[in-house]
Amino acid sequence: MEFLSDIASLINSTLRISTPLVFAAMAGIFAERSGVIDFSLEGKMLMAAFVAAVGSYFLGNPWLGLLLAIIACVSLSMLHGFASVTYKGDQVVSCVAINILIIGLTTALAAAWFGQAGLTPTLTEDQRFLEVNLPFAESLRDVPIIGTIYSDILSGHYIFVYLAYATVPLVFWVVFKTSFGLRLRAVGENPSAVDTAGINVFAMRYKALAINGVLIAFAGAHLSTAVNANFFREMSAGRGYLALAAMIFGKWHPKTALIACLLFGFTDALQIRLQGVELPAIGEIPVQLIQALPYVLTVVLLAGFVGKAIAPNAIGQPYIKER
Amino acid sequence: MVSPILELKNINKSFGHVHANKDINLTINKGTIHGIIGENGAGKSTLMSIVFGLYQANSGTIKINGKEINLRSPKDSIINGIGMVHQHFMLVENFTVLENIILGFEGELVFGKNLEKAKKDLKNLCDTYKLNIDLNSTISDLSVGFRQRVEILKSLYRGAEILILDEPTGVLTPQEVDELFKILRSLNEEGKTIVLITHKLIEIMDLTSEVSVMRQGEMVGHTKTEDTNKEQLAEMMVGRSVLLRLDKTEANTGDVVFRVEDLTVKDDLDVTRVKNVNLEIRAGEILGLAGVTGNGQTELLEALSGIRKVESGQIYLDGKKVSDSQNFLDPRELKDQGLAHVPEDRQRMGLVTDFKAYENLIFGYHDQQPFSRSSILNHKDIISHSKKIMEEYDVRPQSPNLITSNFSGGNQQKIILSRELNEKPKVLLVGQPTRGVDIGAIEFIHQRLIDMRDKGAAILLVSVELDEVLSLSDRIVVMFDGKIVGEKENTNVTDRELGLLMAGVV
Repeated sequence: MEFLSDIASLINSTLRISTPLVFAAMAGIFAERSGVIDFSLEGKMLMAAFVAAVGSYFLGNPWLGLLLAIIACVSLSMLHGFASVTYKGDQVVSCVAINILIIGLTTALAAAWFGQAGLTPTLTEDQRFLEVNLPFAESLRDVPIIGTIYSDILSGHYIFVYLAYATVPLVFWVVFKTSFGLRLRAVGENPSAVDTAGINVFAMRYKALAINGVLIAFAGAHLSTAVNANFFREMSAGRGYLALAAMIFGKWHPKTALIACLLFGFTDALQIRLQGVELPAIGEIPVQLIQALPYVLTVVLLAGFVGKAIAPNAIGQPYIKER
Repeated sequence: MVSPILELKNINKSFGHVHANKDINLTINKGTIHGIIGENGAGKSTLMSIVFGLYQANSGTIKINGKEINLRSPKDSIINGIGMVHQHFMLVENFTVLENIILGFEGELVFGKNLEKAKKDLKNLCDTYKLNIDLNSTISDLSVGFRQRVEILKSLYRGAEILILDEPTGVLTPQEVDELFKILRSLNEEGKTIVLITHKLIEIMDLTSEVSVMRQGEMVGHTKTEDTNKEQLAEMMVGRSVLLRLDKTEANTGDVVFRVEDLTVKDDLDVTRVKNVNLEIRAGEILGLAGVTGNGQTELLEALSGIRKVESGQIYLDGKKVSDSQNFLDPRELKDQGLAHVPEDRQRMGLVTDFKAYENLIFGYHDQQPFSRSSILNHKDIISHSKKIMEEYDVRPQSPNLITSNFSGGNQQKIILSRELNEKPKVLLVGQPTRGVDIGAIEFIHQRLIDMRDKGAAILLVSVELDEVLSLSDRIVVMFDGKIVGEKENTNVTDRELGLLMAGVV
């Protein structure tokens, strides 16, 4: 039984840890399927975490904090679009600029407003999202198997966890079953074909970036107003990059990107679990080694383990209509 | 009674300093096949892109069916019944035919009823015009000819009454051209108006009922096709009379200087692209290699010039083995042995386009006297050499300090040609020497190649332009699917015979 509950708690953590990755990867899919590289998922996630925490602190409602985070992230996406779609700048440079800007901005603003560099005040229970207990979770807990799955694994997560996994089929449906999705995929493959079909290439890319901003805001709010009760410096901790890797690993497809996110989430959950554990014959594994596990896995997987990932054909190229 | 369907008045369009269209007037009558002919860069495609709403004119008016229309985007043009098949197809390669066609005209937010209706309508269109397209196939699996049909079907589905085709035959085999013309004629019989943009006189004479000629951004003439002939049109295009057939004496051939035995070559993806090819070229002859793009010519040329590894087989230069799968000379060593190469893709392999003309004029020879002495470039001698050679090869403008990308395609080609021919090679490999080059320069380049031949060089000419192969070569081989599928003396061979070989039919 000990073993079973270990597994259950491992899966439970995996679902929670993967949540920001899933939002970010889905956000990335929209941007990159439209032909715009989004290296700035990291910066936007950090921005969302900061704005959500600050907004919630001042307004007393985490939903209002989330709303402000969405506005902030969509604005950043528009900035990225302005630089790289309208003014045809280098997309990677634009993203790097955003990432650096946000690290500095969040730290400086926190210092100015709260007197602590890169730290916002702790949120009360009213000001943050709490765990959601699914109905009958308590009464079903003792039923074998079902109880474990329902009460220990599925119940008791933050709202964002449920939202994240609901987003995946929604993204799939939008991208592959609607005319918007068809145009989105086309504009990332061959913008000229879209233009000659009478569709505005630039408008399509801005729309994709707007959706991208909304989705990434959820990832940031999850970090600062749900799993944590405040914002701290560089709290996104590379999750934006990891999500980007998961998206590429998942070949810009929502289903496979989800699997990749879960895999990264699982290795992270595993490393937390393994810390301090004495393994027979080996002894205690150094923490640093375990913590490196998700990143090592990323490199190994991306280095061709899963075959060639073929990016949208027109990715990274600004659309130039007249020679 | 003829009535105009499309009228252009005083259309002007500039890109930066280039005045691409100057005061263009054009009337296209309903139900005609109207040809627009002109050299590359004459402004034909620009003009039609304006009609399609892709570019906006700086000034001028456009009337469709007598009504003045403001075309701000392709959407406006499509709504007004204009369809265009571009030179580079506007298709998403990993989409299906169906997805490409409905793109932008889905008629519903979530795919469902309209998609089914579209399938039915498209099937009917395919049947009516005998297009024979499977709606579910992916574009990347289709041949070029079929992709073009998809483009035509796309325009028809979107309700085109005027169908504009921009250089539609450049990428097709003669048989595919026949099929295309059949389709266009049947469209015309159903009352569609066709506009054919081309630089090939034969297509104008073959298909059109009316023709307009453009030269350097201006419209220089309109006429009924039956009232004119090829010579007259060519003169209007170029502004002076041109030789359509080259003056060429009988080849005075010598010994075999270049021999290829059982050559097999793979491409970067490890696919065998050249299969057991045998060739012999004698001094003083031009061997033409014809074939549809992508049948191994590129890999063959790269292997022969030492850029690509030989998988098996041997290459002999002057009776001496220069390459096999084990030992091979690199391009520099081959050059020293008297082999020169004018590559197919001149901007990628023949030139560094960001460099100045004089630098490109000496590349490969830059470390030799008099251009360099003890590893230091001799600027004065390089410039005077460049000036001399630019004059000799009529490179315009004659400024060695100009950045190479600012020269036109024809003049860039002359830069490469002058560099390679100046060393008087024994063997010359030439790939697509006149691709994207205007008629005046084509004539010049062809004449230079003939001169080289008469001086005793062995020349391999690889070209997808059948006319070019036919007018220059002494002997012709045809490549299909990596193999040499036929060899003909160029005395009474017809383009029909070659076309069948190129298509792999016989």
